[in-house]
Amino acid sequence: MSIVKLTVNGKAVSADVEDRTLLVHLLRDHLNLTGTHVGCDTSQCGACVVHIDGRAVKSCTVLAGQAAGSSVTTIEGIAKGDELHPMQAAFRDNHGLQCGYCTPGMIMSAIDIVHRHSGNLDEATVRHELEGNICRCTGYHNIVKAVLDAAGRMKVAQAAE
Amino acid sequence: MGVEGIGASVVRKEDRRFITGKGRYVDDIKLVGMTHAHFIRSPHAHAKIKSVDTSAAKDMPGVIGVLTGQQIVDDKIGNLICGWAITSKDGTGMKMGAWPAMAPETVRFVGQAVAVVIAETKNQARDAAEAVVVNYEELPAVPDIRAAIKPGAPQLHPEAPGNVIYDWVIGDEGATDAAFKSAANVVSLDITNNRLVPNAMEPRAAIAEYNEPEEHFTLYTTSQNPHVARLVLSAFYNIAQEHKLRVVAPDVGGGFGSKIFIYPEEMVALWASKKVGRPVKWTGDRTEAFLTDAHGRDHLTKAEMAFDKDNKVTGLRVKTYANLGGYMSLFSSSVPTYLYATLLSGQYNIPNIFAEVISVYTNTVPVDAYRGAGRPEASFVVERLMETAARQLKVDPAELRRKNFITQFPHQTPVIMAYDIGDFGASLDAAMKAIDYAGFAARKAKAKSEGKLRGIGVSCYIEACGIAPSKAVGSLGAGVGLWESAEVRVNPVGTIEILTGSHSHGQGHETTFCQLIADRLGVPISQVSIVHGDTDKVQFGMGTYGSRSAAVGLTAILKAMEKVEAKAKKIAAHQLEASENDIVIENGEFKVAGTDKSLALPMVALAAYTAHNLPDGMEPGLKEGAFYDPTNFTFPAGAYICEMEVDAATGKSSFVNFVAADDFGRLINPMIVEGQVHGGLAQGIGQALLEGVVYDASGQLLTASFMDYTMPRADDLPSFKLSHTTTLCPGNPLGVKGCGEAGAIGASAAVINAITDAIGNNKLEMPATPDRVWHAIHG
Repeated sequence: MSIVKLTVNGKAVSADVEDRTLLVHLLRDHLNLTGTHVGCDTSQCGACVVHIDGRAVKSCTVLAGQAAGSSVTTIEGIAKGDELHPMQAAFRDNHGLQCGYCTPGMIMSAIDIVHRHSGNLDEATVRHELEGNICRCTGYHNIVKAVLDAAGRMKVAQAAE
Repeated sequence: MGVEGIGASVVRKEDRRFITGKGRYVDDIKLVGMTHAHFIRSPHAHAKIKSVDTSAAKDMPGVIGVLTGQQIVDDKIGNLICGWAITSKDGTGMKMGAWPAMAPETVRFVGQAVAVVIAETKNQARDAAEAVVVNYEELPAVPDIRAAIKPGAPQLHPEAPGNVIYDWVIGDEGATDAAFKSAANVVSLDITNNRLVPNAMEPRAAIAEYNEPEEHFTLYTTSQNPHVARLVLSAFYNIAQEHKLRVVAPDVGGGFGSKIFIYPEEMVALWASKKVGRPVKWTGDRTEAFLTDAHGRDHLTKAEMAFDKDNKVTGLRVKTYANLGGYMSLFSSSVPTYLYATLLSGQYNIPNIFAEVISVYTNTVPVDAYRGAGRPEASFVVERLMETAARQLKVDPAELRRKNFITQFPHQTPVIMAYDIGDFGASLDAAMKAIDYAGFAARKAKAKSEGKLRGIGVSCYIEACGIAPSKAVGSLGAGVGLWESAEVRVNPVGTIEILTGSHSHGQGHETTFCQLIADRLGVPISQVSIVHGDTDKVQFGMGTYGSRSAAVGLTAILKAMEKVEAKAKKIAAHQLEASENDIVIENGEFKVAGTDKSLALPMVALAAYTAHNLPDGMEPGLKEGAFYDPTNFTFPAGAYICEMEVDAATGKSSFVNFVAADDFGRLINPMIVEGQVHGGLAQGIGQALLEGVVYDASGQLLTASFMDYTMPRADDLPSFKLSHTTTLCPGNPLGVKGCGEAGAIGASAAVINAITDAIGNNKLEMPATPDRVWHAIHG
């Protein structure tokens, strides 16, 4: 067992966990942040994507101990109070989700995609970049629409800041 | 249509919790004192269990109990059942072998549960499972249909000689044979319908809690139909009486059929929670999903179509072998029979049809309904035959279809179904226009000049949804009625709760069902809540599958609403001193027509509950229920056309365009309907190009993870061009047909027709991987 200290959604947290504990289980089982999901055992599906120090990472590929000292943002931490993150709003407005299970990982990946491409995205790029996230419901059609829509919204939001 | 009424693309009410990470799925739930289960599963496809030694595991840290298959038999927990009886052509019943929730003596597929460890933590349960020693005596395995039907093949169940579960026929064999004898042309095809894994993104999970003084169980489970789960668990599995078992299906992360069935893990969790006196949680991992969720499809078919000299179809003859796996899952028997062969007429006027279906046991995961369930297999047979015939007869494939379309309705097919309405020409026209069918020859020539192979493929599907008239399915062997129930509760302050037996696991019922209420009463959907997925709240229901929730579930709500409106009008008329017949409902108000007198819904509701001034003899309250049993299936239909380009050097196929023109009757929420079509198309395309289960000769599942089984990803798929044509379903008052499965039913044939057109070789199996396509091009 080890005590792991890190920052999650802006708050300093610590948890006493088995050394083999994955970050995703630290979040879900110890911190009750159940928005981050587990959809596979092989780091293929992307349902568990969170941001570690601003980069999208599959939280099932990281031991909790490896995340010590870092700043983790989960799906629960991206809205500003009642105001949704532009990516969240775009998923809702474009019907980019159905059962909702892959959605948190999709949104966290998509935010990172927009950041890495400075908002300059086209359909082919979005489809290519989403290959680490599996959705079984939507056929990706509306997810792609949502990411492109959000890229525009995030530019506007950034310009306003 | 109001801004939130029927026909409006209202943004979903349920989305906010999902996009903020506040959805509540089974694995998100923690109970006080909760323990964790881990199953010990067979590594062999077929074996005798010589011994199970749990002694070392019992001494491991945190272990509360280790339970075995023998104990579940000793406790008289019932075997899993198949709820649809199929009769063979010789009049005998289906040959069902016993399926205990954990195997006491024999295992028949890799992954079958043998024992379970219950421990304080998930890791402790997993560690202890490693210490359970099971001694097996391996038996020869039957990994597929061909091996199962070989003379002298190893036997799976003593009840099923030759591994045959039933040999079932439908249609007129003599008349069909005669049609083939007098045919001007006959087209024939051998078809493999590849085996698929549903792979809802949320793995199955269950939490069971036993309250000893009350002798009461609660089960949280990933179910598409919690009431059916409760019924089966109580009536057949001897776990709890129905009134002592609450089943809750909270947010469920996709189902696609795989979460209809009651699985061993839920049974064991319930049984174990009583044994250990603590709540028991089991959450499957992805490999367990591959090894235990019911698989889909898996047919071997020989199909022939007869044409007269005018290219009219005169007969269809089909022989199909269906793989049901190692045991018969809950509705497995019905999928390759009544959900498959009854759709073999497609959109065409075919006077003579005969089909024989032989279902067999193999040492593989049980096979049951997966999105479309039998109808994708039927549509693939018919649409591959049509395309093949057009090439053989040297006529345009779209025009050959059009020549044979059914144009008069109602139309009785030779295989039970009576199509109520449709306009197949309209959807074909819409799809041809959307893809510029007329311009294809020029595009193909241009592609050829650039060294690329270009092909176009048509698929005109029909399906039977709105499952189903109870009397009809009862006469065909179903063990349940397939009506739906609803209750409308108007609260004293005028807000409304709709209790429904339908269950949403991605379909958006919390929005679409509210749209009906907004349409009827003119109240905002924020005033309406949908209650579902809890047997303590909703009295009964049959759940969501078979694209039934609008046609059957929403119609039940409408029937209950009509009763509420009738009573509310009486109350309003009494309060307003007007005639009940003069009351109209507009914008949430009960108005006396032609006057300025009105009473808002909250005032009517309050009057109903205060009961100070009600008409003489009227009961207080404003709550009504209804059970709705449909009179017929509904028949969504449409035309899909796919244009593909193949790189001859690599065998890689790429989409140029995919268009879909569907007729679903009235659309409640077009945005949600289109989402359903997108998802269905992705699964149909996945089957055609990417997905396929592979077992080796010993029965080991080689495709047991997302590393090995190709799920469609964003860059495998195109953006889709959708359109709708409309004939209103005459069978229900809303005119709706259902849209959940269409894409999965129609898409595969369009893709394979396009690729085989491009490469000029009709022999190509699914999934059409680059390797297979390359070999089809180069021999």
